[in-house]
Amino acid sequence: MVSGLTISERQRSMAVLIVLAVIGLVMAAAGANRADPMQAHGFLVLLFSLGVLCFVLNGYFEPEPSATRLTSYYDDPSKAGIVIAMLWAVFGMFIGDWVAWLLAFPDMTFDAAWSSFGRLRPAHTTGVIFGFGGNALIATSFHVMQRTSRARLPDQFSPWFVLIGYNLFCLLAVSGYFLGITQSKEYAEPEWYADIWLVIVWVTYLVLYLRTLARRKEPHIYVANWYYLAFILVVAILHVVNNLAVPASFAGAKSYSLFSGVQDAMTQWWYGHNAVAFFLTAGFLGMMYYYLPKRAGRPIYSYRMSIIGFWGITFFYMWAGSHHLHYTALPQWVQTLGMTFSVMLLVPSWIAAANALLTLNGAWDKVRDDATLRFMMMAAIFYGLSTFEGSFMAIRSVNALSHYTDWTIGHVHAGAMGWVALITFGSIYAVVPWLWKRERMYSPVLVEAHFWLALAGTLIYVFAMWNSGIIQGLMWRTYNDSGTLTYSFLDSMVAMHPYYVARAIGGLLFLIGAIVGCYNIWMTIRRPSGASALTDDALLPANLQPAE
Amino acid sequence: MFGTHYRIERKSIMLAVAIMVVASIGGLIEIAPLFTIDDTVESDPKMRVYTPLELAGRNIYIREGCYACHSQMIRTLQDEVERYGPYSLAVESKYDHPMLWGSKRTGPDLARLGGKYSDQWHTAHLKNPRDVVPQSIMPRYNWLSESQLQTKYLGDDLRALRAVGVPYTDAMIENATADAVAQASPDDDTAGLVKRYGEATQIRSFDGDKGTVSEMDALVAYLQVLGKLSDAAHQPPAPTK
Repeated sequence: MVSGLTISERQRSMAVLIVLAVIGLVMAAAGANRADPMQAHGFLVLLFSLGVLCFVLNGYFEPEPSATRLTSYYDDPSKAGIVIAMLWAVFGMFIGDWVAWLLAFPDMTFDAAWSSFGRLRPAHTTGVIFGFGGNALIATSFHVMQRTSRARLPDQFSPWFVLIGYNLFCLLAVSGYFLGITQSKEYAEPEWYADIWLVIVWVTYLVLYLRTLARRKEPHIYVANWYYLAFILVVAILHVVNNLAVPASFAGAKSYSLFSGVQDAMTQWWYGHNAVAFFLTAGFLGMMYYYLPKRAGRPIYSYRMSIIGFWGITFFYMWAGSHHLHYTALPQWVQTLGMTFSVMLLVPSWIAAANALLTLNGAWDKVRDDATLRFMMMAAIFYGLSTFEGSFMAIRSVNALSHYTDWTIGHVHAGAMGWVALITFGSIYAVVPWLWKRERMYSPVLVEAHFWLALAGTLIYVFAMWNSGIIQGLMWRTYNDSGTLTYSFLDSMVAMHPYYVARAIGGLLFLIGAIVGCYNIWMTIRRPSGASALTDDALLPANLQPAE
Repeated sequence: MFGTHYRIERKSIMLAVAIMVVASIGGLIEIAPLFTIDDTVESDPKMRVYTPLELAGRNIYIREGCYACHSQMIRTLQDEVERYGPYSLAVESKYDHPMLWGSKRTGPDLARLGGKYSDQWHTAHLKNPRDVVPQSIMPRYNWLSESQLQTKYLGDDLRALRAVGVPYTDAMIENATADAVAQASPDDDTAGLVKRYGEATQIRSFDGDKGTVSEMDALVAYLQVLGKLSDAAHQPPAPTK
């Protein structure tokens, strides 16, 4: 991989890594001085940079890549990103299933601080959302933007900086929870120095994206890129605003949010809901808009639906966050706005889902035969279902029942497993043979097995949580004839046990599916390149894109 | 409309600017007024601030991820008010940076937990929840009693909180470490602590071990003050202006 970099890029990488190593050393020293957990993070940064530095040094004296590289796309970062994403998937889902079992059998853990539910849970959410989802988005966005722009990435350094820098952020985040470093803001838990680092990485990502677009040989920017661009831009805005904080000391990890109470709650859920919107929806819609038509061999059904769906999602979603705060101390006018826009959001969401499904018209025989395409089709269906459910749950009176219960967890996982993970697995199964120039995946049977494991796991999970959530919500509000509450909180908790076991089983099936996927991808990569490799789309200019 | 779009989608910077503008509107309209409309947060001149020990306990609550399973926000619904107490007001979390309203009740709401159980119950419950509630699925936190509380730099925490708007005085910041120790040491001189934080400050050995100030002391001190920093929620609503 280092051999793909020019000498000056190798030197730039080394300079960046040395600076990073020094920062790590300073952090470690400062943290050690106060016996602060930042010490451990300093060492992590130091070791990480030195590790990557060794890797660069090892390849430093290899000959420079020839100029012919400029006639083909640069896919090494995409390849690495996909492998890393799958590793995060297994890690994040393993932790997720572990905490699921803990809710049924609370002593299934070690007698240690790092392994208690409260510290493992953010490791699960960060592992799957940012580790698995984020790496998959970065890897596929590099692949898609080059093809749809018919332009090679502008240099070989920036994509690696984005990918490796982003993973350093993920490592800081997850290791931080185990160490007890967290801001407690859901899906924005990492502390101030990790947040600042992510801003640097993210700005590089945006600039890289815009530079590639600037080099494009297509007059139009393809719809997948609108979504990827919205994902990068809006996540940047959300991240910066929600993480504004004052550190207690620059030598320590702890910081205090700039906002408090009701303003903080609104800012947090404006962030939280739009992390769903622009990380887990927009980014993955970008993925869907490229890989689904490409795999189906059909053009996108409607250009106009793409436009309405995109701008509707971009505009409406940003109003919807306050539906997380119905009946709370948040002023009612904000709650009402949030509810109204959440309901309206159904229109662009279903337009996007319908556009995907209608694209499959004329290719339904492929959906039947090809599990990869079926992954993407099922993802579009789950996207439609969970956006409907989301709009429904945002209605104040429904939310009175569903909020604080497992129904929310079920809803999130219908989206995260059914939509995000399925579209990602589908896209990865499509792109791996293309990237590694193989005829097909190592084993189509294993792709099929993964599909059914993932679907079964998702359905078991979601049905268990619907049941537990609604039962819980009803038990909390049940009155007996004498006008007092019928059930204690404990009664409702005990009633959840069978559903928690079922949920953990569903999660286990999903995890096994991901492990099967890893094996299949690994074997595909290891298999020698077939002479009859599929259409070599790695060469510039590329063949026509579906939507053109 | 589609003709305009046909032009916009040919210019990457224009597209990027359009995305940022369109995406910013919702947040601006919903969040900015919360800082300017006075009715958003009720006023309570008698609102207390967290003592350094309670703040340290709150940070342990955050560190252990308690917010993932416990909310601190009683909604304006009859069953919640009957189960947990008066519904939460915005002023009650006015000094909470960040707020801990939570989003899930795997366990019960804790907004009005303070004073509901004894210190001994909390200590026993945190060490092993199933010793006092056999069906509980809460994790055990038995190491909290053995971990000595890090009090040396609490002044920095108070100073940072003052920077974001919590009215800690210079005296509070200077004495943060001593005050944290004093609150868990009833036999020591606690006059300064009471003077700075008020008569209602709870001073006792929360974990039953007077010798040291442990993380258990801090966490229980925090749990025992939940819902007690302001009386606003227990009073009849003030007439509207």
